[in-house]
Parts: sequence; structure tokens; C-alpha cells
Amino acid sequence: MLSIKNLHASVEGKEILKGINLEIKAGEVHAIMGPNGSGKSTLSQVLAGNEAFEVTEGEVTLNGENLLDLETEERAREGIFLAFQYPVEIPGVSNLQFLRTAVNAMRTHRGEEEMNAAEFMKLAKEVSKQVDLDPSFLKRGVNEGFSGGEKKRNEIMQALLLQPKLAILDETDSGLDIDALKVVSDGVNALRSEDRAILMVTHYQRLLNHIVPDYVHVLAGGKIIKSGGRELALELEEKGYGWLGIKDEETADSAAN
Amino acid sequence: MATTDKEVNELIKREYEHGFVTEIEADTFEPGLNEDVIARLSAIKKEPEWMLEWRLKAYRRWLEMEEPDWAHVGYPKIDYNSISYYSAPKRKEDMPQSLDEVDPELLKTYEKLGIPLHEREKLAGVAVDAVFDSVSVATTFKEPLAKAGVIFCSISEAVRDYPELVQKYLGTVVPHGDNFFAGLNSAVFSDGTFVYVPKGVRCPMELSTYFRINAANTGQFERTLIIADEGSYVSYLEGCTAPMRDENQLHAAVVELVALDDAQIKYSTVQNWYPGDENGKGGIYNFVTKRGACIGKNSKISWTQVETGSAVTWKYPSCVLRGENSVGEFYSVALTHNYQQADTGTKMIHLGKNTRSTIISKGISAGKSSNAYRGLVKFGPGAEGARNFTQCDSLLIGDRCGAHTFPYIESKNKSAIVEHEATTSKVSDEQMFLCRQRGIDPEQAVSMIVNGFCKEVFKELPMEFAVEAGKLLEVSLEGSVG
Ligand SMILES: Nc1ncnc2c1ncn2[C@@H]1O[C@H](COP(=O)(O)OP(=O)(O)OP(=O)(O)O)[C@@H](O)[C@H]1O
Ligand SMILES: [Mg+2]
Repeated sequence: MLSIKNLHASVEGKEILKGINLEIKAGEVHAIMGPNGSGKSTLSQVLAGNEAFEVTEGEVTLNGENLLDLETEERAREGIFLAFQYPVEIPGVSNLQFLRTAVNAMRTHRGEEEMNAAEFMKLAKEVSKQVDLDPSFLKRGVNEGFSGGEKKRNEIMQALLLQPKLAILDETDSGLDIDALKVVSDGVNALRSEDRAILMVTHYQRLLNHIVPDYVHVLAGGKIIKSGGRELALELEEKGYGWLGIKDEETADSAAN
Repeated sequence: MATTDKEVNELIKREYEHGFVTEIEADTFEPGLNEDVIARLSAIKKEPEWMLEWRLKAYRRWLEMEEPDWAHVGYPKIDYNSISYYSAPKRKEDMPQSLDEVDPELLKTYEKLGIPLHEREKLAGVAVDAVFDSVSVATTFKEPLAKAGVIFCSISEAVRDYPELVQKYLGTVVPHGDNFFAGLNSAVFSDGTFVYVPKGVRCPMELSTYFRINAANTGQFERTLIIADEGSYVSYLEGCTAPMRDENQLHAAVVELVALDDAQIKYSTVQNWYPGDENGKGGIYNFVTKRGACIGKNSKISWTQVETGSAVTWKYPSCVLRGENSVGEFYSVALTHNYQQADTGTKMIHLGKNTRSTIISKGISAGKSSNAYRGLVKFGPGAEGARNFTQCDSLLIGDRCGAHTFPYIESKNKSAIVEHEATTSKVSDEQMFLCRQRGIDPEQAVSMIVNGFCKEVFKELPMEFAVEAGKLLEVSLEGSVG
């Protein structure tokens, strides 16, 4: 489904991704781990088409189509979804309105009819229950005054509503209490399906107890330096990144920002 | 690099929907202004002697006045002798008595503008007075209003039919010498709306006036006077458009509101005069004086405005809070794009005890436009226990536009309290990225974010208008992202 070849990207003239190679097939769940500042969020943002990052080399295809040629919104409509590490607030725009606009943009793209307010309300209420968010959150401004955990649940709610082909989850588990972690994991597991791939960035192997990945990759210094199965995460937890021979200053250097 | 900035900076196209010209035979004065012109104008309108005297007095006063240059706007000097002071669609006799007598071309114009005047099509429950260039062409729902005792007619009719009311209140809120443009208006005002709501009457429907400038090189100088007698209530809406023309056109209106004891006036405006093209050519100069006097105790006047049009806007709807416990409110959304300039705000003059005022101003700037809020909150010595709350928020789209806030506070009473909040924000790259990541078009995203920003003001508008205002913002922002 997604194929990344020798991807290089930089921001403000500084190279962050230094040759990423990754193949993700439909139905698979891939976890990306790695030290702070190693480029995990950058990879997520580049895939979603954030123009703050410049792709300098390499190629990315989604089901054979060149992804890098598409605008952000076109990628979204092709089924790329990014759950943000730091969801931004849009004051005054109700969550409900925002979500309906998004869902209808996708539907229009697929040649389906738009959902009216009442239909959408019903759907949104169901999905908000699924992530244990009170329906009152639908009326509030997008992420406006949401707690960290609420924002993360709101992101998963969006994924559930938009039913993407590739869901990229950037640290959707951080900042969650134990119950919320369960709720979010259930949400992600509900997304798992034969024709959908999930790429999740995490620091904690405990998440992987809930959402069992098919592959685990370690991203360091802008490259994937090791890939393995589920057991790699356990090994990392035990031994830390030092075990993989990541130089201390490299980590410190890229994290110092 | 930064996504939206780049795109937003490619701001360009913008379509003005109402830019067509109506081909209609018109009686139009030669350009120029002198006492003869005023006398002719007054004669055409069959005005009584006192009205002409009033105009001439204003004119003489105006000749001595200087055009203000302190507003945060720039425009070439206006030659007041190059403007025509009267233009009216030609018709056989007098004012049309019913819609059937209105020229079908005109009816079509209003239909095209979404203001169907015809009985069968008219906006549900909204009475409309349509002003075309210098004259009122039709007023709807006259009968049910008359039954309630509400007078709703053109000011020209009121001058003839209700001279006592007009004489008693005209110029009491905005006197001749108030400012340059008000002085000019007093001398040459052409038409406008008159409303009188009698004691204890709650006006049974929304009243609205729709102003349309059509003729070239004419100025529109409308005059509106609304009087809410004791314990009455009225909600009044005003909408405006003009054709696209390369020359600038002047619009200098005066609106006076008077609220007696326990009366309430809600005045809403959606102003969408032609703003000029993307290079700043053409557009309306909108220099307006709007003021309400809460002369009675417990009276209330609220101004709600959505200003998206005009090349240059200079407008400060104000409240003079004379009556004890009277309340003044000002809710404003002002959007500027391309080369538009807006200098708008309000004045809240607290004279009576325990008077209260609220100011919520939302300024949105896009393109190379400039948007200024100018507000004065003044407390006289008698304004014991008076309070004001002011909130001024600015939203910038792109990085070539400007927002300025000039709040002035003058207090002669120590017990008066003012709270002031101000914020400036941008439609951020992160917000745009979030929207686009969810599949939303950049233009729709900007419009959604801007609508969110204006929410507090939109909720003050009557329902049908709120929807219209939201759509208008969308149209006005067209081309604000690449
Ligand atoms: N807009 C930017 N301007 C400058 N540097 C940036 C920008 N965005 C990211 N970087 C830098 O790129 C590097 C990689 O950042 P990224 O956010 O991808 O790390 P990460 O692996 O997600 O880290 P964490 O685990 O802390 O979330 C960091 O050094 C970061 O400071
Ligand atoms: Mg990160």
C-alpha cells in the first residue's frame, strides 16, 4: 500500500530524514520507535504533506500513485490520516462542524452525497461514545480547552469517522491515563482491517501490548536503523537505545531543540 | 516554506456577485453642489419649506467644515462638485403606490440581489424598504405594520406625512455640525427609511432596508431615522450593494436612533458595497455616521454590523447613554481584503447613572488591506456606577495586511469601570494543515476559521441574516488562499 524509498527531507535547510525505506502492506500495523528528535514526527508530517518540510530526495507511493505530487487535502482524500502529536485548537469552530465538513469533503471526493446535519449528528454521537468522549465535546471548539488526553481521543474519533486507508498515529498514546489508553487502543484496534494499514509512532512498548504490531522499526538520526517483530519493542525496553549503538551525542544533538 | 503564508500571499481573485448595472432610464442631476441644487432636490421631493431651510442651514455650515483626515485610511481627495446629488429611476408620477407600479427592471434587480420585493416572494416576515440610488422604490408589508401602529416608510414620505415626528427628532442625535460627512448628508440627503414604533408596541416583524447604488458618478446620501417610543421594541436590518465600476463612488449616510424609556432598538447591518477590484481600483467610499440616543431610562440600543464591502470605510455606530440604566451594545465584524481600508469602531458615551455598554469587535484582514478599530468609551460626571466591557480581536490572513487598535477612554467619574481585552491572531499554518489534512479545501478552511472567529457577533444577528453573513464572508474571502 505505502512504499517509501530513500526519503530525504529537511526543514529550514536542516536535513532531518536521511534516507528512509519502508514498505507497508494493507492490513499491517507498523510501530515506529526511536529517541526524541530522531525524525518520527517529521516522517509523519512529510507523509501527510506538511509543506513546512521539503522533500529533497526519494519517492513515496500510495497504491502505486506518487504521493509527493499530491496536495495535503488530496492525500487526505486518498485516505491518508494523521493523528497529530500536538493537536492544534481552532477557536469558535465547533468540533461537529469541523468533522462534518471533513467527512463531507471526503464523501464529495468519492462521489457520494453529503451528510446532512441530523444524520451526521447521529453518527458523530455514536463515534464519540466509542472513544468515551461526552457528546458535549462535539459542540465545543475544535480542541479548544481540551485536556491532553481528550485531544488524543478526539484524534482517534476523527480517524474512526473518516475511515482512512493509512492511519498515521503520532504518539497518540502519550499523555493518556490507564483507562484512556485502553479506550484509545480499542479505537485503534477497531480501525484494524484487511484493507487498512496503521503506522504508529510510540515511545512505550506497553501500547504494543494493547495494539499488537506486525513490525517494529527503530528510527534514529533520520534513518531506520533496525526493524523487527513485536519482540524488538521488548528488547528495546529492556536494553534502551544504547544497545543499538546510537551515539549519545547524536541523540542529544537532535533532541536539543 | 510556511504553507498557508505562501498560499495566502497568492491572494488574488475575488468575485463580487452584485456588480451588475441595471439599464434603466433615470433622472440624474448634473454633477455639482450649490444652494440651487439643494432647492431643486427639495422641490422634486415636494418638501415643505422647513425642510429646505434645514438643508440650507446644514449646507452653509458644511461649507465651513474641513474634511477629516485623522482616520487610518488614505484616499485621493474627493471633488464634491464632480458628484451628482440626485439620481432616480424615471417614472410617471410620484412614488409608486404599490409594487405593481414599480418598474419591472427594478423588481428584477432586487430579485437578482436576493431581495424579492413582490408580495408572493418576499422574505418571510420581513418588511423591506428598497432604496435605489436616491429614492425609495418600494416598501412592503405596510398594512400589517400600520395595524400595529408602526410607521415604516421612506424618509421623504415621512417628511410630508409625519412632519411633527420628523421635526421633533431629525438632527437631534446627529446635528448638522457633527462632522463633515454628516453635514454634507444633512444638506443633500436623498432618501432613506423612517420608522416610528408607538408606545408599548413590539414591532410584529423585522424591518429592513435594502440600499442599492446603481447610477454612475452619483453619491448616495441616505438618511434613516428610527424612533422607539416608551416600552417598544424594533429590530431593523440594513443591506447594501453596488455595481462594479472603476470610479470610486461616495456613500455618506446618517442614521439616527432614538430610544425612549424602556424601549429597545436592535439595528443590524450587512454592508457589502462594491469593494473595488483586486488592484484597488474602484469601490465605494463609505463614510457613515450612525448614532443612537438612549434618552429614556432602561432603554437599550444594539448595533450589530458585518462589514465586508467598500473600498474605504469610515464608520462608528455609537450610543449616547443618557437615560438611567440604559444599555449600549456594539457587535462588529469588519473584513478587509485586497486594498480595502476600514476604520471602524464605536463610541459609547455614558452620561446617565448605571449605564452599561458592551463592545465586541472582530477585525479580519487579508491581502494588502488595512483594518483599524477605533473606539471611544467616555464617562460623564453623572455616570455613577457605569460600566463598559470592550473586547477587540484581530485576525490576520497572510502577512501583508495590517490591523490596528485605537481604544480611547475618557472618564470624569471615578466609580465607572472599564474592562478592555484585545487579541491579535493569525490563521496559523498549523490550523490550515489540520483542516487540509482532514480533506478540507484551503478556501473552505479559511472561511470556517474566520466564521469561528466571528461567532460571538454572528449570534447577535437575526437568524436569516446570520446565514447570509456567513456566506458573505466566504465570498469575500474568495481567493484569499492560493
Ligand atoms: N519546524 C521546524 N524547525 C526547525 N527544526 C525542526 C522543525 N520541525 C522539526 N525540527 C527538528 O527536526 C528534528 C526531528 O523532529 P521530530 O519532531 O521529527 O522528532 P521526533 O522523533 O518526533 O521526536 P519526539 O519523540 O520528541 O516527538 C528535531 O531536531 C526537531 O527540532
Ligand atoms: Mg514527535
